[in-house]
Amino acid sequence: MRRLVLWVPLIVFAAFVAVVAINLYAPADRVIPSQMVGRPVPQFALPSAIEGRPGLSSARLSDGQPKVVNIFASWCIPCRAEAPQLEALARRGVPLEGIAVRDRPQDLAGFLAAYGDPFHSIGADNDRRVQLALGSAGVPETFVIDGRGIIRHQHIGAIMPQDVPAIIAAYEAAR
Amino acid sequence: MTWVPNPNLARRPWGRKSVFGFLLFGLLSLATPASADSLLPAAEYADTQLPDPAQERQAKALMETIRCLVCQGQAISDSDAEMAGDMRALIRQRIQAGESPQQIRAWLVERYGNWVTYDPPLEPVTWPLWGAPILFIFAGLWLARNRFKRRRRAS
Amino acid sequence: MIAEAGLAALWLAAALSLLQLFLGTAALREGGEAMLRVVRPVAVAQGVLAGLSFLFLIWLFLRTDLSVQLVAANSHSAKPWLYKFAGAWGNHEGSMLLWVTVLAVAGAAVALFERRLKQNTLIATLAAQAAIGLGFYAFLLFASNPFTRLSPVPVEGNGLNPLLQDPGLAFHPPTLYFGYVGISIAFSFAVGALVTRDVGPDFARAMRPWVLAAWIFLTLGITAGSYWAYYELGWGGWWFWDPVENASLMPWLAATALLHSVTVLATRDGLRAWTVMLAVVAFSMSMIGTFLVRSGILTSVHAFAVDPRRGAFILVLLFLYIGGALLLYGLRVGTVKEGSRFDFISREGALVVNNLLLTVILGVVLFGTIYPLVTEAFGEKLSIGPPYFNAAAGPVALILVVFMGAGAMLRWRSDRARELIGRLAIPVLITACALLLVVLLAPGIRILPLFGLVLAAGVGAASIAPLWKRNLRRTPLFIWGMVVAHLGIAVALAGMASEAAFTKETLIAARPGQTMGVGPYSVRFDSVEPVAGPNWTAVEARLTARRGEGSPFALRPQARMFSSPPTPTSEAAIVTVLDGQLYVAIGESDDQGRWQLRLWWKPAVTLIWLGGFMVAFGGLLALLGRVRRERRSARRLEEALA
Repeated sequence: MRRLVLWVPLIVFAAFVAVVAINLYAPADRVIPSQMVGRPVPQFALPSAIEGRPGLSSARLSDGQPKVVNIFASWCIPCRAEAPQLEALARRGVPLEGIAVRDRPQDLAGFLAAYGDPFHSIGADNDRRVQLALGSAGVPETFVIDGRGIIRHQHIGAIMPQDVPAIIAAYEAAR
Repeated sequence: MTWVPNPNLARRPWGRKSVFGFLLFGLLSLATPASADSLLPAAEYADTQLPDPAQERQAKALMETIRCLVCQGQAISDSDAEMAGDMRALIRQRIQAGESPQQIRAWLVERYGNWVTYDPPLEPVTWPLWGAPILFIFAGLWLARNRFKRRRRAS
Repeated sequence: MIAEAGLAALWLAAALSLLQLFLGTAALREGGEAMLRVVRPVAVAQGVLAGLSFLFLIWLFLRTDLSVQLVAANSHSAKPWLYKFAGAWGNHEGSMLLWVTVLAVAGAAVALFERRLKQNTLIATLAAQAAIGLGFYAFLLFASNPFTRLSPVPVEGNGLNPLLQDPGLAFHPPTLYFGYVGISIAFSFAVGALVTRDVGPDFARAMRPWVLAAWIFLTLGITAGSYWAYYELGWGGWWFWDPVENASLMPWLAATALLHSVTVLATRDGLRAWTVMLAVVAFSMSMIGTFLVRSGILTSVHAFAVDPRRGAFILVLLFLYIGGALLLYGLRVGTVKEGSRFDFISREGALVVNNLLLTVILGVVLFGTIYPLVTEAFGEKLSIGPPYFNAAAGPVALILVVFMGAGAMLRWRSDRARELIGRLAIPVLITACALLLVVLLAPGIRILPLFGLVLAAGVGAASIAPLWKRNLRRTPLFIWGMVVAHLGIAVALAGMASEAAFTKETLIAARPGQTMGVGPYSVRFDSVEPVAGPNWTAVEARLTARRGEGSPFALRPQARMFSSPPTPTSEAAIVTVLDGQLYVAIGESDDQGRWQLRLWWKPAVTLIWLGGFMVAFGGLLALLGRVRRERRSARRLEEALA
């Protein structure tokens, strides 16, 4: 019995090496996905973030038509990188709604003027309540929401050209 | 490898710094969400205490166990990231409105999963974790059983 | 020139390490006297060369030689000289060179000063130390070369991370590494003893001072690191169970168990297998810690290198060294005769329980640190932090502290329960009084801090008990060491419990002229002034604090912005008084002219680090006492033989 017990530390160490090696070669991504995918959008009503544009409410997100909600901000650098892709989505007829996190109207106006404005409405989420309620952990993030208000898909980070087909597919599936 | 500071980060006066994490941030800044600061001021209850000391104690205790979503391993009570401040404000406001800490934690876990709480729940995936101390003690006692003489009764 | 010389010295040291390993194994096999005589000087030469290499690196940093890539990436000509010096190890490659230097110097020290160990066990030990060195030299030379040149030479360096521009950088890493890497000697001793089948009291007596020395440094390093984080980061916390913090704690836990276990082996020839295992485990934890910190596998504010490729290199080294040692253990320890058995009620019995509980805490900390990696494999992301570690390790630590107090009162070999209870009467009485006092004065206190406080009182009294009824002048120095170290644990525990239970915090957005309260203090916010330093500018708040009718004193917290690299930091204002610390930090201002202030009153918090230093000091006394006793008995032996 003593003989067997003496090998336990080596076995434990081997298990440790295995666990660690797996994590080294297939590192866990550092993104935190939202657990709300597949669940209904929480109730909210955001005021307009910019003059002359409607604000965003959860009611609009369950009006029968699927939508793509983009959480962004003018102070967010990667958001600039995804502007062309958002334009491309808008050109394909995908309805885009925006949530501007902690933005001032003048900065937001400047951002939209510089990088394009594909949004129908832009809600002002100045205390991040809606961002937290959706399970979003940063900007930019994009959610695809179906006509009944169920969150179908989440894209974390800026939308790169290679990500556009996936989002369109998710939008089509949400119809 | 050197780390590159993010020039877009606004002044961060206090709290634990995720400075070395900037390296990782620099590499992943396009693929993952950004964690820079906005130009709006911090939320009211991000850095102010609740008037009721008992409620503030509850809120503080909860904050110390909620993980910051954009930091390199900090609780929101020790982080100067803006999002951490907004989460602190959320917690304080909800405690003030009468919610219990368990409810607020559950709400956050519902949205971000168990990753967001530093207090791992008691679920099948964490049974080994919570059982470990007891298991180790018994294993040690069993291993040590041969070290002791049997007590001989005084003749 | 200097950089090339440093690199050459490093290569030479590595070559000598290889020679040392080769000569050592050859000497063991043939028992050739000639080989025996060469191995020692080779080890010393290796230490000298590694030390030279490190000195060259420091020289490069002191002169801010920007043609060296490491200096350009981590230093700046405008930095104060202390941070140029300490900045040599404020980065991955430099700290790795320090690591390897300590390893080589430790081996040299053993070669120079170890007289008691059997010849062939000593050779095997030096060979093992050389084997460890080889892998890490390879890592340094092939994956983390500190001496690579940079061309074209930049005009200015990137500068050192401002958080590191602090005296703490000069103190914490070196002391930590002397302990962390110094415990490799114990590992090598264990491997050497397994190879030559020499596990016994003589072996233990020889190993003990080395373990003590490394352990003292490790205790100092962890204590210093905790205090540094406390005052530098501005959050008022001193321990977060962060993976990197745990990486330094785990070797300490193993080394503490080893320290006690080696005494049992030395005096009673017991716990042979356990002692050898602990020696292997202690340095294994150091190597695992090095891996965790530098591979990027776990997220941490303290992780200072995030490179999975380097992590893979270290993992291979871990696999070879720890796997090899554990394999040797499984094969050889079975042939080591089991030591004697003990009465449960005896000092040995208490030390067995001590070993057991320390190992349990070590296991819990390791398991909790690694567990998120395990669940990731199953797709579940978990975060494990203070709530788990405090709940899982805290109670076990408290039980351990009780055994520490009671164990020191027990006699060797065998003791009577009745007599033990008699000796425990006063400490138990003190514990009961403390319990009454705390419950009356602080009724809302949480259970863990409550137990911490009352046990600290009782165990503190119990730790002094071995001095009771002794002629203090003739008490051996190592008994004093034990008393001071155990008392230090009680003192630190009291500080930890007090900080957890009685800290008062005030967060406020204040205008100049406003007065606020925190704990027994009333603090007036006077003004905000701009100030500047050698490589930073800051906004400094001027506050005046007063306690009741006492004399007022000033507090000057700063919000600094360093120039290179451009980074904001917070320099808290800390004032230490007899019964605690007042800690103030300043934040941002809002658009209404109010400044965010954070104030803490932390009663008895300094006891935490005072206790840590007492523990290290006790260790030092014990080390001196043992060394003195050895010299005396060696002299007596000589006189008897003469």
